[in-house]
Amino acid sequence: MRATAAEGPAGTAATPAPADVLVRIEDVTKRFGSFTAVSGVSLDIRRGEIFGLLGGSGCGKTTLLRMLAGFEEPSAGRILLDGQDMAGVPPYARPIHMMFQSYALFPHMTVERNIGYGLKHERMTEAQRRDRVREMLDLVQLAPFAGRKPHQISGGQRQRVALARALARQPKLLLLDEPLAALDKKLREATQFELMNIQARTGVTFVVVTHDQDEAMTLSDRIAVMDKGRVMQVGSPTEIYEYPTSRFTAGFIGMATFFEGRVQGVDGPSLRIDLPETGTVIEARAAAGLAAGQAVTVALRPEKIAISRDRPAAANAVEGTVQDLGYFGKDSLYRIRLATGKLVLVHAVNARRTGADGRVADWEDRVWLSFDPEAAIVLAE
Amino acid sequence: MRRRSTFLFTVMAFGFAFFYVPILSMIFFSFNASRLATVWGGFSTKWYAALFRNQQVLDALVLSLKIALLSATCATILGTMAGIALARFRRFRGRVLFSGLVTAPLIMPEVITGISTLMFFILLADWVGWPGSRGFTTITLAHITFSMVFVTTVVHARMLQADAAIEEAAMDLGSRPWQVLKDITLPVISPAILSGWLLAFTISLDDVVITSFVTGPGNTTLPLLIWSKVKLGVTPDINALATLIVLTVGAGVLIAGILLQRAERRRERDMQLAYRANQ
Amino acid sequence: MTPPPSASPASPATATTPAAARPAAAAGAGWFDRRGWRDVIIAAPYLWLVVFFLVPFLIVIAMSFATRTPTAPPFGFGGENPILNLQGYRRLFTDDLYIRAFLTSLLNAAVATLLCLLVGYPMALALTRVSPSRRNILLMLVVLPFWTSFLLRVYAWMGLMGTNSWFNRLLTDIWNFLVPADMALRYVPMMNTNFAVVLVMVYTYLPFMILPLYASLERLDPTLDEAAMDLGSRPAQVFRDITLPQSVPGIIAGGLLVFIPAAGELVIPTLVGNAGQPMIGRVIADEFASARDWPMASTVAVALLFLMVFPMMAYTHFQARSEERRKDAP
Repeated sequence: MRATAAEGPAGTAATPAPADVLVRIEDVTKRFGSFTAVSGVSLDIRRGEIFGLLGGSGCGKTTLLRMLAGFEEPSAGRILLDGQDMAGVPPYARPIHMMFQSYALFPHMTVERNIGYGLKHERMTEAQRRDRVREMLDLVQLAPFAGRKPHQISGGQRQRVALARALARQPKLLLLDEPLAALDKKLREATQFELMNIQARTGVTFVVVTHDQDEAMTLSDRIAVMDKGRVMQVGSPTEIYEYPTSRFTAGFIGMATFFEGRVQGVDGPSLRIDLPETGTVIEARAAAGLAAGQAVTVALRPEKIAISRDRPAAANAVEGTVQDLGYFGKDSLYRIRLATGKLVLVHAVNARRTGADGRVADWEDRVWLSFDPEAAIVLAE
Repeated sequence: MRRRSTFLFTVMAFGFAFFYVPILSMIFFSFNASRLATVWGGFSTKWYAALFRNQQVLDALVLSLKIALLSATCATILGTMAGIALARFRRFRGRVLFSGLVTAPLIMPEVITGISTLMFFILLADWVGWPGSRGFTTITLAHITFSMVFVTTVVHARMLQADAAIEEAAMDLGSRPWQVLKDITLPVISPAILSGWLLAFTISLDDVVITSFVTGPGNTTLPLLIWSKVKLGVTPDINALATLIVLTVGAGVLIAGILLQRAERRRERDMQLAYRANQ
Repeated sequence: MTPPPSASPASPATATTPAAARPAAAAGAGWFDRRGWRDVIIAAPYLWLVVFFLVPFLIVIAMSFATRTPTAPPFGFGGENPILNLQGYRRLFTDDLYIRAFLTSLLNAAVATLLCLLVGYPMALALTRVSPSRRNILLMLVVLPFWTSFLLRVYAWMGLMGTNSWFNRLLTDIWNFLVPADMALRYVPMMNTNFAVVLVMVYTYLPFMILPLYASLERLDPTLDEAAMDLGSRPAQVFRDITLPQSVPGIIAGGLLVFIPAAGELVIPTLVGNAGQPMIGRVIADEFASARDWPMASTVAVALLFLMVFPMMAYTHFQARSEERRKDAP
């Protein structure tokens, strides 16, 4: 696969001005014995953004976070914070704080003392310290619970205590390890927006580790998608979703159907690609650099495919039968079997209110699938 | 819903009778007026009165308490260190031997610990002239050694249970390792340290076999005194002494248990409160 | 200032950055792996155990190869083979005092373990089925005797087993009521028998059996029982098919916690046992104190340890495995 764009942020966006970069991760590798958890990662994290580290379990995202916090030292490469090499700086001397996945609240201290714990290392008067704790309690709306112990408050409140505690010392960088994983679904959505709100108000740079793509998409200004210790792609949520650069990213974020094919002709940005699995040659658009005869993978997102009973007047159209359909009320997901036997996922909004007969298609119906040349994601091998 | 089994509950009732009938019988006969320890001869508290006049018993008790206090405290310090080391330091030279050394005394038969420690002290005296005589010091050293591993077991288990992330969190918030130990680790494992101390104290107070080997002339602990008397048979004054010991320890454990249960109940109530507040 | 084992040596680029000049840069791999206080925490208990446990233990092993001499201390290295004197080990297999002592110990310990299991299992199971508030009180009652003096618990049974005791008379009456007149007894001979040893061992070690059994039974998921019953099993079958197999770790832990101290027991056989059939602990103490034969006492001690190494190994193996399993579970 073409991976040049994934190796560094330079590939997806213009290199930011040095003043804009808060953290520069340079070719960092971390090995535990013979196991390589993080392999040659380079990333720039900009001042004031929410940066998402997204990946499945064991992809190295947590190890990367722990290296930023100082709990692990890189085996190779270096981490610069504001231009300073962090090598050998222990966690307690870094202006980087972390919100742990388990929250790691001190069970024997009240909410107030938990939040104030880091401040005892600051040179400030008792009154200043009290004011700061009060300010943090107000920020996370926990003032009435100041005197409670962690086991006396709810899960959502604990999450907010952990956030306030990590923010109290005004870190340059806040690391959040799966910040919403321990909350139930309903609470998660509300908390997500609260996190963004607090980030906007404090202006602290956030690095959020998550395995949940929706969470990463909503929260982050930019996302790094990781797999097997490598960064696969860095970009804004839209870039990652609409312009994935690898089959992994295209499959990990959202749904897609993949077709193997070969470029037949190139005409400027326009390509003609032979996809044997559809039994046709399709039209697509892609950046320069592809030549005729080159093997490619084409990914199609389900919602980018239109479904109709009659042959549409579109550039790319192919016929199939409905194998399966899942009805979700507001929309339906279809699995369409093409003549070649290939199954294609298609997503359609149920815009009209009608009975079962009014659906676009039903089981075993013959239908036409069509998509714009722009909709096809072309991945070079 | 499980069916209540009569069989199980019969065995349980029998089991508890088995546990407590001998002790209750002993307590009952401590109030026996007769010299024959097991034949009832009327109610009397004379054996208790005799006990409090018996200087030998009082001296032995004081010696035992001194040894138990000192050895339990030292054992708690050393045992807690070992527990923390095992739970937190994954790699250090000789870790395998170390973890063997903290478990072996738990399963070593007391006779073997007794003879080995005694031979060690005798040979040491032979080579370096110390310890010149055996008694308080040698008993205390031996007690520290075998009771510290119990403390280690308790502390280690608690350390494994505790969320290691809270220590990292404290360090992340700016605390140096010794501050983390003082602010976070020790307070969180303090219940385990306390129960480790109690365990070490009781074990020291109770030990006969090892003490009998490493003691010297004139240093009779309470268990040694009881041991020498019990070997001769059942007597009413031992019944009285045993009753006092059993009742003291029993009351202590009972009170501790009730306090713990209350704390647990309060905790549960708090958690329910928090849960409802969340709804 | 030692570099962490897993980190690569500091690159020249690192050394030129200002951060490297900080005092905090005295690096360690894990944050807790800092020298100084960490070394003290390991070294203090380590040294203590080496001096007061390992060295004495090595003395026992060395002593088992020595010969008894009329000197003080009463041993020497010499005789037929100055380094490896095996005469003690030879005596172990030729003098039937030792063989009988070992057999008596193993038999008594095995019977006591089995009885503890037979009494302890139903008790532990019953404990899992009472209401939580009552369960805590009952558990405390199981542990309570463990905290009171071991010696006095043995002593309490001496009072019950004596020929004149109410308990002995009660048993005598029951016996005489059940059997024909010519088999009648004046009292039940209990003191100074292996029966007494086993009975008192069961009494003193029963909590060691009940607690691990309870711990393993309490963890079981009650819905498994319900599922088995739902699939047509009767209570006895549920026990055989579901409960018993899942409590095997508890049975093994409890069994070893009873068997190992019972096999090396000294106090109980001394107080209530048959002096003509000594257990191995008694033999070691006698060789050492009465016969002043340090080498022979050490030889028997080493042999006892060998006998117990196998159950110990099985135990640690089992524990390590169950711990691994627990770690694997989320």
